[in-house]
Amino acid sequence: MTAAQHFGYVDVAAALALLAIALGLSYRERLGLEKDLLIASLRAFVQLMAIGYVIDLIFGAERFVWVVLMVVAMVVFATATSARRVRTLPGSWWIMAVAIGLATALTLGLMLALGIIDPQARYVIPIAGMVVGNSMTVASVTVLRLLEDARDQRPRIEAALALGATPRQAADNVIRGSVRLAMVPIIDSTKTMGIVFLPGAMTGMILAGADPLEAVKLQVVIMYMLTAATALSATAAALLAPRRLFTPQQQLRRLG
Amino acid sequence: MSEAATSTTHGSAKLVVEHVDYAAPGHGGPSCAILSDVTFAVPTGHVFTVLGPSGSGKSTLLRTVDRLIEPTGGRVRLDGIPTTALPVQDLRRRVGMVFQAPALFEGTVLDNVAYGPRLRGAPGDSRDAERELACGQLSRVGLPPDFCDKPADQLSGGEAQRVCLARALANEPEVLLLDEPTASLDPAAARLIEDLLLRLAADTDLTFVFVTHDLAQARRIGDHGLLLVDGRVIEQGPLPGLFDEPDAEVTRLFLEGRLGGEAQA
Repeated sequence: MTAAQHFGYVDVAAALALLAIALGLSYRERLGLEKDLLIASLRAFVQLMAIGYVIDLIFGAERFVWVVLMVVAMVVFATATSARRVRTLPGSWWIMAVAIGLATALTLGLMLALGIIDPQARYVIPIAGMVVGNSMTVASVTVLRLLEDARDQRPRIEAALALGATPRQAADNVIRGSVRLAMVPIIDSTKTMGIVFLPGAMTGMILAGADPLEAVKLQVVIMYMLTAATALSATAAALLAPRRLFTPQQQLRRLG
Repeated sequence: MSEAATSTTHGSAKLVVEHVDYAAPGHGGPSCAILSDVTFAVPTGHVFTVLGPSGSGKSTLLRTVDRLIEPTGGRVRLDGIPTTALPVQDLRRRVGMVFQAPALFEGTVLDNVAYGPRLRGAPGDSRDAERELACGQLSRVGLPPDFCDKPADQLSGGEAQRVCLARALANEPEVLLLDEPTASLDPAAARLIEDLLLRLAADTDLTFVFVTHDLAQARRIGDHGLLLVDGRVIEQGPLPGLFDEPDAEVTRLFLEGRLGGEAQA
């Protein structure tokens, strides 16, 4: 195993040259994205530095309760982000909390229970980050799509209700459509993995000097886990959200 | 059409709409009144026509009857029982609805016509029985049995609306709400639907509430009716005499076609 290259702050600063390219392009093409780009880059830097210190601290503490708290904090933050996206839907916070929380708890729990990953901060936290992040994206897309379809398909949904369908039956097509759409990116990236797409964890491990075959094995595990997590998250969101699309009298709400 | 109503006392009517109000929730502002104090009764087997210019609240009124929206005041009775006392699914099975734009589900015509019976697990698990049921309903709307296997998205507007009618009939409703079912059709297809409805009205004891903005159509179809303008009942009584001597200024305006196309808030 080769030793990993050491990154100093000078290297990080030098990478600002790359940001300058993006800023220059935005300025030249009058995209008006300079401010957004600068703020986003600065935010990412500060957030990543902060999390670096937190992880460093948790690594040092070697107490599992800190790891759990960290994962819970990730879920809460992801929930808030997703819920904000679909705030026209009543109860969106709970839907997202259950979808993301359930997907994270089940997949991480299973990985730990089966002994696939060790209950140590250095494994659990980065993997939890991927699980929570992907579950969040998928839950947002699912519910956004559900809201859009419920609007577009209002005549069909109401026709089904008028024939005596329950809200669940009336929204059946819309529910399946939104889960299918939300799962497309993860399925496509799984399919093309290694050819089009060199996944982050593997790339990271190889950069850090690990044996490529070790990196591949971990990546495969992560890939399966993310597939399970996103399927869980999308399904949970798609099953919970329809209740909120309808009133207790089984009428389709008009949302935003 | 059938004879004039022999009994319009609310007690014996199939469907009674009593003082129904509906106010759409305002977006931040005050709510907006769509229906105000609408009352009428329809005896079993009759065709009741709701006539009014577009935007007068006709569709909203129909939707309060099968509780696709909840009236903000008043009540609706089916066989004397308030609709709020019935399980929503039962109410909607007994009170069918055909919408202005035919909204067919994905799949075949058979899938559409059998949708209602399938929800209730009827007609059992036999595909043959299901097909027989669907063919029977299709023939009631003048479509041949081979329509069963047609994809629902390959029908003309008139065919689609007839399939919607067959789909509603397959539920064996007691009341059928028709929300301008011919408004999106060409005149020939519209007349075909009208004839079908007249025949159904004559042959069955199905009770109809027929919404239209077309006075001539109202006179052809209904035996009783009302004129709705701005969510209020302006006049009601037996058709076609209802508009022969208009009482109200609004009725005259409507008859002169001066309320017709414009949207009334």
